[in-house]
Amino acid sequence: MLLGGRDVIRFQNVGVRYGLGPEILHDVSMRLEEGSLHFLTGASGAGKSSLLRLMYLANQPSRGLVSLFGHDIATTPRRDLPGLRRQVGVVFQNFRLIDHLTAMENVALPLRVAGASESQIREHVPELLNWVGLSDQIDARPSTLSGGQKQRVAIARAIIARPKLLLADEPTGNVDDHIAMRLMHLFEELNKIGTTVVVATHNKALVTGFSYPRLHLANGELSVLKAGTPFAENDDETNAEGLR
Amino acid sequence: MPSAPVLPLTRDASSRFLPWLIAFMVWLAAMALAAALVLSSFSEQWRNDLTGTLTVQIATAPDGQLATTEHRLNRALDILRKTPGVIAAKAVPLKKISELLAPWLGRDVVTETLGLPIPRLIDVKVQPEAIIDVAALRERLNKEVDGTQVDDHGAWLYKLIALAGAIEAIALAVLALISIVAIATVIFATRTSLTIHRDVIELLHVIGAKDAYVADQFHWHALSLGLKGGLAGVFLAATTLLGLGSLWTGVESSLLPPVSLNIWQWACVLAVALIAAGISTVTARFTVLRALGRMP
Repeated sequence: MLLGGRDVIRFQNVGVRYGLGPEILHDVSMRLEEGSLHFLTGASGAGKSSLLRLMYLANQPSRGLVSLFGHDIATTPRRDLPGLRRQVGVVFQNFRLIDHLTAMENVALPLRVAGASESQIREHVPELLNWVGLSDQIDARPSTLSGGQKQRVAIARAIIARPKLLLADEPTGNVDDHIAMRLMHLFEELNKIGTTVVVATHNKALVTGFSYPRLHLANGELSVLKAGTPFAENDDETNAEGLR
Repeated sequence: MPSAPVLPLTRDASSRFLPWLIAFMVWLAAMALAAALVLSSFSEQWRNDLTGTLTVQIATAPDGQLATTEHRLNRALDILRKTPGVIAAKAVPLKKISELLAPWLGRDVVTETLGLPIPRLIDVKVQPEAIIDVAALRERLNKEVDGTQVDDHGAWLYKLIALAGAIEAIALAVLALISIVAIATVIFATRTSLTIHRDVIELLHVIGAKDAYVADQFHWHALSLGLKGGLAGVFLAATTLLGLGSLWTGVESSLLPPVSLNIWQWACVLAVALIAAGISTVTARFTVLRALGRMP
């Protein structure tokens, strides 16, 4: 079912439960407009990764409505889901680079699965690796790269296919503050050219250093906070109940 | 520079053992198929021998005189030639009978002086589609020429054909069982590979790979393994069959036809390699698509 509006993502009363366990997310309702940038915050185990997995269609909700680019995921035919996923770029917390492939081959993956030609791949991938400062690591395997370099390969892979939505799960978790700021500026650049961005992070300095609204998860419930809303004192506490 | 395959399936343990397993199963399958084909040829030949021939045996005249026996023979030939469905009835010459008996009784046993009661034989050719009532023919012959026997070879040859048919059916059942085991093996190996590469497959899924993209990689890999194993298996089977064929040529028997395969039968045996590769490819693809179908 195609839903109207310019919402990239719309959640309505979404609940997530794994097996017979407790509900990780309860009654999550929110919408992300096209071209917006949001931080996603919350204590460890609050359900940030579960929320992101719903957004990049790795999981289905236990209840409620999830709509991506106007498509109700519950009623969208399974054969159409790969097309929707290709419009979403994901930077994973642990990078998820493929060890036996070079940086170039890792970044080229989204283009390959989309059926891009080798000439397109040879043209665009080195250009992007150059843009993220890895032009000298094109043929390097992930095992030979530093944490920051892996992070940049992961980001390059997430944006190579020019996604409409970019989801970054703790993208600054393995880099120093200086690189974290540079990464955020990179996300801002992508946002300026129309990409909707969601950055999940624990880094309070990063969130307070930029003026963007915040999706905050606590005890499986989501609240949308305006830019500049201060953090509560217990925001860093681990939410044991919500741990997966 | 060609890019590396996204799923490093060639590094899996199954890539090392699967071709050997397939080779062994193809060898067994090819041998079972060859046995079925050879037995089918035997049965066919025996059936052809059965339809269209009778042997009539005329006992020696009670007085032991060759001339009397000759008269009885001619009387029987006369009756046989007038029997509907009979194309020809021909007495086996005494010289030929003598040659047939020579290994056991020595030469010239059919001479009148030696006096051995050697019966005379008549070869009867019957129209292939004609149905001769052997019992009635025997009765009619005995009325005119007593002590006549009619042998349509059926009594024991039908049993032999039935035995060959049973062995042929067992060989085909073995072939079917081997196919089932091959399918189960490929399913197991593919599921193992799916588990090993689960992270990469999930990543491909998340970045928008269609199920067919992942299945294609398993498909070509299984085809490659299937062809390697299949060709090795038929090579072994061909070597075994040629060896058996050369041993068989040393066995002299008028009952057992030559064990060699004709060109079409060889083609069937060699096709087992392609069928094995096809089975592994289709099974691997189906297994992967089924597993991916369970992902959201």
